[in-house]
Amino acid sequence: MMQDDLKRQPSRVDGRAKVTGKATYIAEFRFPDLAYGYLVQSTIARGTIRDIDTAEAEKQPGVVKILTHKNAPRLANPQADEDFGEKSRPFFALMTDRVLFSGQPVAVVIADTFEQARYAASLMKVSYAEEKPSTDIRDVMDKGFAAGRPRPVRGTPDEAFAAAEVKVEAEYTIPIEHHNAMEPHATVANWDGDRLTVYDKTQGVTGVRNYLATNFGIDREKITVLSPFVGGAFGASLRPTPNTLLAVMAARETKRPVKIVYSRRQLATAHGYRPASIQKIKIGADKAGKLNSIIHEAVHNTSSHEDFAEDLVGISRTLYACPNVRTDAKITRTDLQTPLWMRAPGTVSGAFALESALDELAYKLKIDPLELRLINYAETDPDTGRPFSSKELRECYRQGAERFGWKNRKPEPRSMRDGRFMVGWGLATGTWGAFLAPSSARVTLKADGTALVESGTTDIGPGTYTTISLIAARQLGLPLEKVTFKLGDSNLPSAPSQGGSITTASVGTAVQECAQIVQKDLMATESKREASPFSGVPFENIEFVDGSARIKGRPETSMTIGEILSRNGLPEVSATHTTRPDFGERAKYATASHGAQFVEVKVDEEIGIVRVTRVVQATAAGRIINPKGAHSQEMGGVVWGIGMALMEHTEIDHRIGRIMNPNLAGYHVPVNADIGAIETIFVPEEDTIVNPLGAKGLGELGLVGIPAGIANAVYHATGIRVRDLPITPDKLAG
Amino acid sequence: MRPFAFKRPAGAEAAVKLVAANKDARFIAGGTNLIDLMKEGIDRPNELVDISRVSLNLIRSLGGNGVSIGALAKNTETANHPLIRKDYPMLSQAILSGASPQIRNMATNGGNLMQRTRCAYFYDLGTPCNKRQPGSGCGAKDGLNRYSAIFGWSDSCVAVHPSDMCVALAALDATVRIRTVAGGERKIIFTAFHRLPGDLPELDNNLSHGEMIVSIDIPKNNFAANSYYLKIRDRSSYAFALVSVAAGLEIDKGVIKQARIALGGVAHKPWRADEAERFLEGKRAEAATFQQAAELALRGAKPLSENGYKVKLTQRAIARALRRAANV
Repeated sequence: MMQDDLKRQPSRVDGRAKVTGKATYIAEFRFPDLAYGYLVQSTIARGTIRDIDTAEAEKQPGVVKILTHKNAPRLANPQADEDFGEKSRPFFALMTDRVLFSGQPVAVVIADTFEQARYAASLMKVSYAEEKPSTDIRDVMDKGFAAGRPRPVRGTPDEAFAAAEVKVEAEYTIPIEHHNAMEPHATVANWDGDRLTVYDKTQGVTGVRNYLATNFGIDREKITVLSPFVGGAFGASLRPTPNTLLAVMAARETKRPVKIVYSRRQLATAHGYRPASIQKIKIGADKAGKLNSIIHEAVHNTSSHEDFAEDLVGISRTLYACPNVRTDAKITRTDLQTPLWMRAPGTVSGAFALESALDELAYKLKIDPLELRLINYAETDPDTGRPFSSKELRECYRQGAERFGWKNRKPEPRSMRDGRFMVGWGLATGTWGAFLAPSSARVTLKADGTALVESGTTDIGPGTYTTISLIAARQLGLPLEKVTFKLGDSNLPSAPSQGGSITTASVGTAVQECAQIVQKDLMATESKREASPFSGVPFENIEFVDGSARIKGRPETSMTIGEILSRNGLPEVSATHTTRPDFGERAKYATASHGAQFVEVKVDEEIGIVRVTRVVQATAAGRIINPKGAHSQEMGGVVWGIGMALMEHTEIDHRIGRIMNPNLAGYHVPVNADIGAIETIFVPEEDTIVNPLGAKGLGELGLVGIPAGIANAVYHATGIRVRDLPITPDKLAG
Repeated sequence: MRPFAFKRPAGAEAAVKLVAANKDARFIAGGTNLIDLMKEGIDRPNELVDISRVSLNLIRSLGGNGVSIGALAKNTETANHPLIRKDYPMLSQAILSGASPQIRNMATNGGNLMQRTRCAYFYDLGTPCNKRQPGSGCGAKDGLNRYSAIFGWSDSCVAVHPSDMCVALAALDATVRIRTVAGGERKIIFTAFHRLPGDLPELDNNLSHGEMIVSIDIPKNNFAANSYYLKIRDRSSYAFALVSVAAGLEIDKGVIKQARIALGGVAHKPWRADEAERFLEGKRAEAATFQQAAELALRGAKPLSENGYKVKLTQRAIARALRRAANV
């Protein structure tokens, strides 16, 4: 999107609060008499705690209490937040002497100040009966077992592959990656009698409330979970982390409010990560480039205690038309924390394999990679045969290629240069399901002409405050600044956790429908008023503009909302509404967003440095509600993809099963200097089926094709095919 | 937080006395590394002696004998100083390729010399490290050693020195001027300032406890026109070097009169490629010669399990840096 177009678009409604420090993040909340908890983490990855000597720590000034598995009160009803199958045994900190992963919390020291707690924690002596850990996926890939229900084989893929005229067979590996959000995981818990208030960094306040209610055996109504601002999460706060339970427990035990904040080093094991994966792909085609078989086998690691599985292979079932497809997904156990969804989980990993393999096939066929994708374009969902509710991917390819200048690409690897740099152009396709979940919202129109919109969702950074405010403002006919959106409070009408790019569609639909209900209620009342110009006027003939209602085509009937309320003796009008998405109609269609990503790299081949100099990101995601936010999301996807492709890598010393780069100096994410020009294109889609808003999610989509696009561009530049992320200098010049 | 005393004596003499009297005392100036080490519990001083206001921050010309940069001048100021930019551009490049602007604004020159390795095992109390805890073993030698040394390591330690600035100073034949505990002054040639790990990896350098760096003096040279600092890293900024090269050439009518090559990211100290330097002297400044010098410089490299790439990458980096220095 062009800068000038964006300038005219509304900025974040919470932007000023964020840049002036008025937006309060979890670790900044306080209660009177607050105590601070500091975690002690295991230094072994597998074994049993023999003893914890707290004597020295307990003697320190300010120490209030030390909780370990020996004295921590048992949970009333230990139950995980997620069901990962019957063999899963969820982990609860301090509930066992077993050590399941290095960095597991084994104690929490509570003191009057943070400094006292941290110092005392450093004096704790923990001894272990250590067992040899297994954390390298290579060592256990053969012990993989099926994850989830097996999916049907389409056609006869093995036979088709054996008979294919042109074949690609390759293995792709991706290391463990961590979310590394700026805001650390934190909880501030306060008991007031039997009522509990919890500030918690989370992507779902309702989920945390329910989790606490179940595990502590208390009524949901007595718990308030608040998460007004989230400093990035990317999936890392989709499950409650140990700080949540421990802060609540510590507050109850000490009868004081307790705050627990993870340090950067500790965060690496506070939550899960994108699992390490090994993928084998076989693609067969005829000489004209028509795919006749895809076989995609993937294995990724999970923990020893939970059977977490994400879908790496699904993309191979849906992205291209192919008559013979077999996918095989396995997980394998390691002595690490349970993995967790991380931006575009599963799909971005699978896309790296599939879209790299397709690029390899294009070279074998001597067919342009874009042409190859068009030859195999899926007009309907190949997996179900259903039509897409909308799919402007072809237009994404066309507009993206045009903007990028793809037609000027020389097909041979190592054929384009810019001075000492080898230039490479690569592309890849992205897709992400357009999901929808039941959501609730409350909309209140007030006499002063403002609207209050409320829903218990969160804003982990995509701009939900702004996008939902825009939806409400447009429906209500109010200027954006007259709308206030409250979120991040479990007492508000509940919304699903913010993951999977569902929030705009799900919460947005609830807000839009709820706003209309309020308008209808108001006008129904008004139309019954004596001498009302709206008497007998059907709702469809009324429009809401600039804070007023009027009969369409009759501006003289215009009456402000405040005036209507006051003439009817109402202080305000309010409604609460829960959506029940019509899955019956939607279920007849495949619903997904799509994108085409065009990447230019310049490679300083002698010393192995890759620069992503230019990306054109063309996106088809239904109706774009918040153009500036959408542009940011898709740009962010590119930046994330650059990190994944070129640098991100959680390094584990497998001898001790320990993460060795648990900080932002050792775990590299892109810096500004790593980022070149990024252009976004949004191809509009009219889609009345996907949801009433016609909007599809964007947060995950923008990342999906990028790592493959970069790897493909690197191959085009250098002739070196890197199938093992990240593409660091040693892999090109070592 | 571990309790510690914080003192701010009036001058260098008093500061040296305070630190010399307490083996657990440390000087602190910019604190960009020491504070991190204290937070992680790696260094546990019970007394900090703040020297940030001691007036050792001058950068001054030594007449015809080069330049003296004060130990307490900030990295940013040093890199941007006209004397450095004009006569020692390689030093300026090296400093600016390190850390981030915020860190360089805080970090002092003396502190840059004193910064400790970023080896992951050194920073993790849950792992063995002979440098942090002598006798506990080296985690990196048979573990994660992609960043580790290929020269001069010992069985007890394979860590590398993290500084970029020091690589340039090694190439420039700088001298470290030191105030001794007795109140006198001594000098250490820069290449002898840092140590190889040997059996005493806990010692990074040859400074005695309580001694204070006063300045770093760089002799006049004729490398300014033909010098280059090349740093190769995993991202464009705010990353330590996989390898780096400081190259300086004095070229007369196409013939190399003098050459300086120092390497970063390959050893426990900035590593001078003496043999390659001697090889270059008297030869014509051309790419093939530089390639030979680069190969010579890597003779004797001993890579570990995960850093074999450094041999070829360093060779390529040397050849590139020499070509850039010579403009060929």
